Amino acid sequence: MITWFEKHMPKIVLAPSFLIAVIFVYGFIGWTAWVSLTRSRLLPRYDLHGFIQYERLFDSARWDTALNNLYIFGFLFIVISTLLGLILAILLDQKIRTEGVIRTIYLYPMALSLIVTGTAWKWILNPGLGLEATVRGFGWTDFSFDWLVNPDKAIYTVVIASVWQASGFVMALFLAGLRSIDQEVIKAAQIDGIPTWRIYTSIIIPSMASIFLSAFIVLAHLAIKSFDLVIALTGGGPGFATDLPATYMYTMAFSRGDLGQAASSAMVMMMIIFAIVVPYLYSELRAKHD
Amino acid sequence: MKSKFLFAASAALTLSFAGIAKAEPQAEVLHWWTSGGEAKSVAVLQQEFASRGGTWTDMPVAGGGGDAAMTALRARVLSGNAPTAVQLKGPAIQEWYEEGALSDISSVAEKNGWADVLPASIAGHMKCEGKWCAAPVNVHRIDWIWANASVLADNGIAMPTSWDEFNAAADKLMAKGITPLAHGGQAWQDATVFEAVALGIGGPEFFHKAFVELDQATLKSDTMVKVFDQMRKLRGYVDSNFSGRDWNLATAMVMNGEAAFQIMGDWAKGEFLAAGKRPGIDFLCASTPGEGFLYNVDSFAMFDVKGDDKQAGQMLLAELIVGQNFQKVFNMNKGSIPARVDVALDDFDTCAHISAQDMATSNAGGSLLPSYAHGMALRGAQSGAITDVVTAHFNSDMSSSEAVNMLAKSIANSL
Repeated sequence: MITWFEKHMPKIVLAPSFLIAVIFVYGFIGWTAWVSLTRSRLLPRYDLHGFIQYERLFDSARWDTALNNLYIFGFLFIVISTLLGLILAILLDQKIRTEGVIRTIYLYPMALSLIVTGTAWKWILNPGLGLEATVRGFGWTDFSFDWLVNPDKAIYTVVIASVWQASGFVMALFLAGLRSIDQEVIKAAQIDGIPTWRIYTSIIIPSMASIFLSAFIVLAHLAIKSFDLVIALTGGGPGFATDLPATYMYTMAFSRGDLGQAASSAMVMMMIIFAIVVPYLYSELRAKHD
Repeated sequence: MKSKFLFAASAALTLSFAGIAKAEPQAEVLHWWTSGGEAKSVAVLQQEFASRGGTWTDMPVAGGGGDAAMTALRARVLSGNAPTAVQLKGPAIQEWYEEGALSDISSVAEKNGWADVLPASIAGHMKCEGKWCAAPVNVHRIDWIWANASVLADNGIAMPTSWDEFNAAADKLMAKGITPLAHGGQAWQDATVFEAVALGIGGPEFFHKAFVELDQATLKSDTMVKVFDQMRKLRGYVDSNFSGRDWNLATAMVMNGEAAFQIMGDWAKGEFLAAGKRPGIDFLCASTPGEGFLYNVDSFAMFDVKGDDKQAGQMLLAELIVGQNFQKVFNMNKGSIPARVDVALDDFDTCAHISAQDMATSNAGGSLLPSYAHGMALRGAQSGAITDVVTAHFNSDMSSSEAVNMLAKSIANSL
């Protein structure tokens, strides 16, 4: 009896948290999926009505804008953050004197809450108060930087603020990766007379492939969950030009009393995330079997 | 020693039984009137309730427009423990009634003759399938235009009585470098201006067909295109910094002469008065060009609760809310006018008098209309759909015909 206990101890200890995760994560995902098939408005109802919520969703101009914004914002945010983080990490890795101080400065934005980031950048990018007004005050009276209030360009301001926030973190990831590379390989390549930039592109960066993947996963989930930054920076943007799926879902659920729409937009968000994460998981599991 | 203990124990038991036997009126009230003037106004009701022997449990949930309060309400209703009274307005009352959450206060309404002292359209909002379920607190008017008196006098402009007059005055002011219209670029403010323009250009029947009945033909009509044309003109009359500005900062622009006009509900009057400005002398108030009266009635809806003390609390609260004293004191503090038509308005200022007179005339003439922008005419999903189109049009260079098509489509989608 006791040996059975000892043998199964790990499973028994993990069982409560496993159960809680199953109920509160997967159970509620199932509940949301159910509600997304109903005509719920103010309070949830449970009689199924087919896919009308999804039809309404993809018929809505605001959801169109939100999805487009997600693609633009997600792509730019991930690519620019990764590149910037990589460049900063490579530069910091050159054994400079004040590396500790500079590294801390670059990492600081990550410590700020997104609301603070959004509010600060809102003031900086405000045409009448921030950058545009300052540069005009310096004498360049034709300078204009009104992206924040321009419905076509406002989403790029969200990219600016979130890249500022996240690139320090990506830099820290890459720095750790660079530090863990075997120096013997680098020295051997240098003896062979290979130029430094070639060492980076052919040896160092490929060996950090797993870090690229981790950075991508973290940045992708940050991009999809972006809510507080958008609300603080543009409040949904001029009109609804900077709406994202997360803000759309919140508005439908809590301001418009339209739970069916909120549930269906949440399910679509989840499917987008699955489309990214499932191939990654699959490749990881397959790698283990090799 | 033992007898002392027995005596104390029995005394305690008796006292506790005495407490249970009384069933004093109790009310747990959910609201979002948390800022200075509003909190003072709610305190008036709290004091009256206490003086009639009731116990008030306050449940204030701050957060503009009541989003956070509605979330708290949904959680309480779903858990079966609804608050006694909730600050709700417009079709939200009927929506909650359809979810089976409200109680019936017709006995109080009939005893105090509410049907005789409330205008018909306002009384209609307080009823759920013919039975009274909510008590109205005040009447805010939405379609006001406020102006800086000296700016107008210096430029020889009178308060405009038509939108063409407004445009002419605005062009004159732009030439002098004064911002004609102070505006805050938030969705609800865009919607407020839009419905004032729609009422002015289309008239009361157009407004009712478009924003209460949601008639597709009216939504796609040429009059609606003209409304959007005027909105495009107004976009040219606001300053370049208007995006995201709060409404009270726009009022401040009018107060210090940077801008001439603001289109905003009568809570703007509170800002002027708090800054020591005098109506008629420092600032002018008038209805926006056009006929009609757009109202926003705050009210407390009574939820279905168990327990004699809570139900007694609801009855007492309802009676006090529509009582003469509360209607007068609350509205003097908040800047709105009483929902009761028989309250003496001697202590109210001139703008309130104008408002009350207009309410009586429009009530008689059938042009007393619910505001869509402030949640009186439509449910959240539909009013949100309209506001989305209005704010997208105002903040981009969308053409009026595109906007009209988007409007008709979004409303059809939201039903």
